Amino acid sequence: MKKDIILAGVGGQGTIAVAVMIADAAIEQGLNFRQSEVHGMSQRGGAVETQVRLSDKAIHCDLIATGRADLLISLEPLEALRKMNYLSETGTVVTALAPVKNIPDYPAMDTVLDQLRRAGRTVYTIDAEAVAKDAGSTRAQNVAVLGAAADFIGLKPAAIRKGIEKVFAAKGAAVVEMNLRAFDMGREHAAKLEA
Amino acid sequence: MKKMLLLGDEAVGQAAADAGLGGAFGYPGTPSTEIFEYLEKHASEYGYSAIWSGNEKVAFEEALGMSYVGKRAIVTMKHVGLNVAADPFVCSGVIGAHGGLIAAVADDPGMHSSQDEQDSRYYASFAKVPCYEPATQQQAYDMTREAFKLSEDFETPVLMRLVTRIAHSRAVVACQPPDENNGLGIADDPDKWVILPAHARRLYPAALNRYRRLGEYAENCRWNKIQPAANPADKTKGIIVCGTGHNYIMEAFEILGIAVDVLRLGFHPIPPKLLAKFLEGKSEVMLFEDGYPFVEERINGLAGAGPAVRGRLDGFIGETGELDPDRAIDCVARFLNAAKPQTKQVSVTIPARPPKLCPGCPHIDTFTALNDALETRQPARVFSDIGCYTLGALPPLNAINSCVEMGASVGMAKGAAQGGLKYPVAVLGDGTFEHSGLTSLLGAARENTPMTLIILDNGTTAMTGAQDSLANGAKLHSVVAGLGVDPAHLKKISPLPAKRGENAALIGAELDYAGLSVIIAERECIQIIGKRRTA
Repeated sequence: MKKDIILAGVGGQGTIAVAVMIADAAIEQGLNFRQSEVHGMSQRGGAVETQVRLSDKAIHCDLIATGRADLLISLEPLEALRKMNYLSETGTVVTALAPVKNIPDYPAMDTVLDQLRRAGRTVYTIDAEAVAKDAGSTRAQNVAVLGAAADFIGLKPAAIRKGIEKVFAAKGAAVVEMNLRAFDMGREHAAKLEA
Repeated sequence: MKKMLLLGDEAVGQAAADAGLGGAFGYPGTPSTEIFEYLEKHASEYGYSAIWSGNEKVAFEEALGMSYVGKRAIVTMKHVGLNVAADPFVCSGVIGAHGGLIAAVADDPGMHSSQDEQDSRYYASFAKVPCYEPATQQQAYDMTREAFKLSEDFETPVLMRLVTRIAHSRAVVACQPPDENNGLGIADDPDKWVILPAHARRLYPAALNRYRRLGEYAENCRWNKIQPAANPADKTKGIIVCGTGHNYIMEAFEILGIAVDVLRLGFHPIPPKLLAKFLEGKSEVMLFEDGYPFVEERINGLAGAGPAVRGRLDGFIGETGELDPDRAIDCVARFLNAAKPQTKQVSVTIPARPPKLCPGCPHIDTFTALNDALETRQPARVFSDIGCYTLGALPPLNAINSCVEMGASVGMAKGAAQGGLKYPVAVLGDGTFEHSGLTSLLGAARENTPMTLIILDNGTTAMTGAQDSLANGAKLHSVVAGLGVDPAHLKKISPLPAKRGENAALIGAELDYAGLSVIIAERECIQIIGKRRTA
């Protein structure tokens, strides 16, 4: 078993937290694990990327080569496009639909969706904002996207749920429950983007 | 054996804690910050001290004092921080250490969050100090444990050189049982610790001798070894890797299905015998090391006699930038004349999303008021500094003209004033001012230099994750007054959108004053307000 996963988003959206949830789940399942992230300046509303590698064999390096990732999980649609070339031709994209328009030249959403359609990969979208709101808080959008991607990660959803519990344990039972709800609802709300 | 999921930075921290640390010292800087933050979090559990220092030089000196009394000490900083700490670092290479002393320095190849790519290994060799280069989080742990012992056995400070990809990558790390007390007491040898020229003329040859003995250690230590290929594609070619370079080359070998002999280096000084053994029968070697061509330059010295060397110097792997698997695949394929796998690329033009000041950030309001004031006052230049506020250089603010290194703003504004610039303005944060603006301001105050200094007091060192700065608010005001700034021209503003006109008028009046003015723009960082709410 080997999964190379790119997590993309905008600084402040919680990509690293998603990576840590996957990490805990991978370790729970006894897999080797590497996760690389970039801190610092890019956290101030810039494009951010976290790479996650899972394998039952030795993992040589912390980074994934271009064109070799199995899965791209993006918390923002333009950032999904930006990282597209990491994916292998058989790779899958799962992206949130809500744009973060903190740049003056953000393209029209139709253009972004059109380019996602034409990227030649299988793309799933999720209205994570609405799902997270229904689950109890828009802050859980990252977990809703993780839910939408859950079936492509190659880990047992139950193990990922444990990872979520661990990450939010310090914030109390209500926050844990809400995030688990966002995860479960996210799993149900992933929609395939038809080409 | 305890297994933990740790960043490379955290692995260094955990190893230091397990080594029976006496104290952690440091100044924040990406990608090193998490070493200290981890140690700070666990200080009371293990019973060592962990207090951020005013700058890297101070941090190193404090660590050296801890080593002097026989305790184990670690000092953390980013690569450019080692420039600031270079004086005590290089001198400690001559004097040596007593209690285990480790400088854990994180380099940033690719400049993810830095102004240059400088390679700390040069400092280690310059100061005749041994240097570890971990390739994995586990090595970061194991090497740090070993480094404390090595430091005491050889009575030398040790450099632990990390790069971003180790510092900021997580993996599972197996920890070892804690060390026993090192049994060392307070040093009492003035011949060794007083670096008078008469002593130094004796100490320096001793340091060189120590460095030679460390070279012998390097020949046999487990971090330096020849890794023969089971089925080499070409016996006359070999690859020399340092630290993380190994990881990328192994990935490339696997993807390309090809391999040659590899010499793996993780501890410096470079072992000459091991190197000679590896080069035997080789007509061409490739160097794959993150950072500058440190080993490559030393091997190129053999030119004419030894094998052809491919690396950064001849542009084969590229002169600049971070190593990664893509570069390794490309270089190995070219080096061994192997076919490269083709991947179908998607070609779309995507607007960049650079970092920016947070919405509601007080710096925005200070820069807006400053821009207003400067509209009618030219020629003016704004010398700024290292921090979040450097982002004021970007549109739409376009508010600063220079940023060089920590504290440069104050000295550059003073020099520009002496050079005749009518409106020189220095802008820096409270943390940066305390790091290295204080002494420059003391000079400007003594001369009453016609310049305006704006200190952006947001109550924290924000860019690296909101560490406490040494003085804020009323205390910062009294520090500045104490340096001799005329109280009539020491002003405070509240950087708020509603006060834009009022603030611009005050800044304008101080710009017009033909002497030194200091304006403190005081409003708390919105990130720490947010943090407090969720705490």
